Amino acid sequence: MIDKRVDTIDAALSGIEDGSTILVSGFGNAGSPIRLLEALIDQGAANLTIVSNNAGEGEFGLAALMKAGRVTKVICSYPRSAGSIIFEELYDQGKIELEVVPQGTLSERMRAAGAGIGGFFTPTSAGTLLGANKETREIEGKLHVLETPLKGDVALVKADAGDRWGNLTYNKSARNFGPTMAMAAKLTIAEVKTIKELGEISPEHVVTPGIFVDRVIKLREER
Amino acid sequence: MNTALNRKQIAWRIAQEIKEGSYVNLGIGMPEMVANYIPKDREIVFHSENGLLGMGPTPDKGQEDGDLINAGKKPVTLLEGGSYFSHTDSFAMIRGGHLDLCVLGAFQISESGDLANWATLNNSKPPGVGGAMDLAVGARQVFVMTEHCTKDGQPKIMEHCSYPLTGTGVVNKIFTDLAVIDVTEEGLVVREKVVDITLGELQNKTAAALFEPKVCELRAPIL
Repeated sequence: MIDKRVDTIDAALSGIEDGSTILVSGFGNAGSPIRLLEALIDQGAANLTIVSNNAGEGEFGLAALMKAGRVTKVICSYPRSAGSIIFEELYDQGKIELEVVPQGTLSERMRAAGAGIGGFFTPTSAGTLLGANKETREIEGKLHVLETPLKGDVALVKADAGDRWGNLTYNKSARNFGPTMAMAAKLTIAEVKTIKELGEISPEHVVTPGIFVDRVIKLREER
Repeated sequence: MNTALNRKQIAWRIAQEIKEGSYVNLGIGMPEMVANYIPKDREIVFHSENGLLGMGPTPDKGQEDGDLINAGKKPVTLLEGGSYFSHTDSFAMIRGGHLDLCVLGAFQISESGDLANWATLNNSKPPGVGGAMDLAVGARQVFVMTEHCTKDGQPKIMEHCSYPLTGTGVVNKIFTDLAVIDVTEEGLVVREKVVDITLGELQNKTAAALFEPKVCELRAPIL
């Protein structure tokens, strides 16, 4: 019997190694797997590269993991937000590396990784600082830059409902990067609010099919 | 110079320009105000980069939902007929030319329509680009909403931008507190200006050549 449900956070996060690239869902706090990120501090993995749209805020979730000194590099579109204090401190002290990627390119690079595409040409960033030193090609009269796949060792995704096959639904704009990250990592761990019986999520409503998900854990709502 | 428009009036002026049935993305900050002044008889669908179509106004106090936010991470609502989708789909809409219009803020705009709105030459803060580069190259039309000059009186419209570019040749129309200017292959064409500034004065506040074949009065209701 396939059963991707796990009972404890320890089981959900087991096997995450030092030096991993971790895809973290969320746009601001919407869809951010805050509990999993905080549990990752106890799990102990260090020297992590985090791929996420933002770089955390306050001192919880992603910011707590950074404060614990576990993150050496952040790949994101927009690190600064109201309250991104921890990241900014570490950045000022030269303790964290930053790679800025345009938001749509960030998402599409992960989609390419998940879809087995070796890269893609996009007009986004052509002729700008972020497109400098990239291979370019003119396509239909418009300059494009070559972008390569961005694969995760692990994806931490916050969803709404999940079942034992790993099928997921999301809540409103908390969906954001979840479906793309789920397909782009070797190990995808989903934090859900409710566990459903197989068939309870209508097949028409499954957003992330279970094939992309390895572990599902039910966690109480944080904050 | 008391006929210069305030920010609400610039937003109002842009709103008059948006056609019935348009799919529109409003950039974070000042452009968000445009939604307040759409003529009542027009149905416009607002897109938010974090996965919303049919975005509605700010919810009533107490009705906010942390999973339903806009690109500026502020609480919003969804209108009937609206939809939620992933970042990958959202940026397919943006890059794929499905948005009729995007309204963005600017640090600088060049006479050939280059836009600089994501970074200055001040490196003391970590850079962040968000979705600006995707929106700039992807939307069918890009309007810029800006003050004509910086706070210390420096022109923002110039021959070449000195700040890092967001996109090249992407801006179609510039709306300022003093004028409405089209970016054309022949250069910057003034379509409207406020009454109590002369064309000579407007040119002095602009660091690129202005053409003025036929200039109408720029006016807005008291807001």
